[in-house]
Amino acid sequence: MSELLTKSRARNVFYGGSIFFVVVFVALTAQSHRHIVDKATAGMPLTEEVRLGKHVWERHSCINCHTLHGEGAYFAPEVGNVMTRWGAQGDPELAYEILDGWMKAQPSGIEGRRQMPHFEITEEEMRALAEFLRWADQTDTQNWPPNDAG
Amino acid sequence: MKYQSQKVAYAYFLAAMGLFGIQVLGGLLLGWIYVSPNTLSEVLPFNIVRMIHTNALIVWLLLGFFGAAYYLVPEESEREIFSVKLAYIQLAILVVGTLGAVGSYLVGIHGGREFLEQPLWVKFGILVAAVIFLFNVSLTFLAGRKTAITNILMTGLWLLCLLWVFAFINPDNLSLDKMYWWFVVHLWVEATWELVMAAILGFLMLKLTGVDREVIEKWLYIIVATALFSGILGTGHHFYWIGAPGYWQWIGSVFSTFEVVPFFAMMSFAFVMVWKGRKNHPNKAALLWSLGSSTVAFFGAGVWGFLHTLHGVNYYTHGTQITAAHGHLAFYGAYVALNLAMFSYAMPLLRNRAPYNQVLNMASFWLMTGGMAFMTFTLTFAGTIQTHMQRIVGDYYMDVQDQLGLFYLMRFGSGIAVVLGALLFIYSMLVVRREVVKPGPVVKDAAVPGE
Ligand code: HEM
Ligand SMILES: [Fe+2]
Repeated sequence: MSELLTKSRARNVFYGGSIFFVVVFVALTAQSHRHIVDKATAGMPLTEEVRLGKHVWERHSCINCHTLHGEGAYFAPEVGNVMTRWGAQGDPELAYEILDGWMKAQPSGIEGRRQMPHFEITEEEMRALAEFLRWADQTDTQNWPPNDAG
Repeated sequence: MKYQSQKVAYAYFLAAMGLFGIQVLGGLLLGWIYVSPNTLSEVLPFNIVRMIHTNALIVWLLLGFFGAAYYLVPEESEREIFSVKLAYIQLAILVVGTLGAVGSYLVGIHGGREFLEQPLWVKFGILVAAVIFLFNVSLTFLAGRKTAITNILMTGLWLLCLLWVFAFINPDNLSLDKMYWWFVVHLWVEATWELVMAAILGFLMLKLTGVDREVIEKWLYIIVATALFSGILGTGHHFYWIGAPGYWQWIGSVFSTFEVVPFFAMMSFAFVMVWKGRKNHPNKAALLWSLGSSTVAFFGAGVWGFLHTLHGVNYYTHGTQITAAHGHLAFYGAYVALNLAMFSYAMPLLRNRAPYNQVLNMASFWLMTGGMAFMTFTLTFAGTIQTHMQRIVGDYYMDVQDQLGLFYLMRFGSGIAVVLGALLFIYSMLVVRREVVKPGPVVKDAAVPGE
């Protein structure tokens, strides 16, 4: 390979090829961006309430225990489909009530069971969080997870 | 040490090792919470400890890279660093920022995007530090001799700093948030950091084996070409189930399969260089870490990465302990061990002592590597059972976790080995000044078969 592939040729292949792949990647990302906005997440409007819910989710760093669409910390259950699991995906009021009840019951204090912390969350924020989880649940995730267990 | 300014690397390596200690102690606590979940649950919940664990890891690896750059760029460019003062300012910003981040996590102030939880002021601090760094090394680089090692190192460092911009971009649309989040996470560890890894490994091989520079540099360009050609579109393996279009299932599967190639190439490169090399460099610990790093990177990133990268497999394993197993071994092999190789090589020179055999350092290699391998196996077993029970049978998450206690207990045990190894490493770097085991006499040209 030494004759055919000199060092400067190897370098040029590296730079040229990388630029090519960056261009392809950027084009596909732009297309995916549109797909996400127009199709995959279009089932429910991205309201102010959903936005607030996302900030509540972030402020309490839920992702560092749970997974959301399979990404996160694997220490606690998947929540991307939790509203489906609770049978509350189609019912905002029910979604809020179950979530509120759940959050208020934490930490369970049960010996030997993983503990979820207590969070100070107002009613407005709790409603927003429930809407955010419903919004996440309606995303077209190519049929993932395989079942309701998440 | 040929250039006075290389000395700044010493401060970077010290700070890095301090954070390394914090990282592994945090990890041990997390491992213990898995075993005994009520531990500290009200004062220091799992999510807070995990942020400290992952953030400390990322920052110390970056500090190691920056230190390595300040060490090797002068030597390659054949001149002093543009400004030593700027290098120290950069370090101070990063250390203050990191301690600030850890402090604010402890009092409950943080963002909520995994790994990017730093408060905004810390993110800006990192940005400023990155700009100072790029300015400082680029001026050094531009004024001096350019080699493939520094070309690749600079390309990697520039791109990884530019990608940091995506740490500030957090769309309200969760799926978009996830897509751009991977621009930092995936395009760091599976693209730009690989360039840094290849450059540092190339430098170490050059110094430790004495193989001709031409040979090393051609290898390096081929390695990094395969890294970017596969790694950029390989990002698709994270776009399968987050709301992105279905075509990523094919693009992601095909290209991320090729991501194994650069890791295999780096392992082959390291071994071939050592076989070819005629130099008997006394720093055997640095050599062990270099070979160990490229080998464990091949297994952790290459083999364990491929294990769950095909979309048909990932559909079931996504977000299980399989991911955790892979994440641990890949980070350890590729980036932790590589940094420790660089420290092992440079510290004797920076501290002005003989690069003796460093037996304790080598013992720490086996302790840590053995521990990480064991941890990976236990998490893989746990993940296999989890995948079956939860994703195939459909049992509820918490019920499944209750069945995995034995594996988490064994994982905690392996964590103890890793922590002991890490502490032994730090001790052997900072305290030991003499050879512990006396080397035998050097035999000159003892009959080498085939010569
Ligand atoms: C040194 C290089 C690498 C490092 C440090 C690394 C690290 C990680 C980490 C930490 C995660 C979890 C991210 C999260 O929190 O969600 C992850 C996920 C993943 N990695 Fe890697 N990785 C590396 C290379 C590779 C390679 C080469 C492949 C494929 C051949 C690969 C395939 C994957 C896949 C498919 C996932 C997603 C797992 C899931 O669906 O849950 N990785 N990696
Ligand atoms: Fe990846």
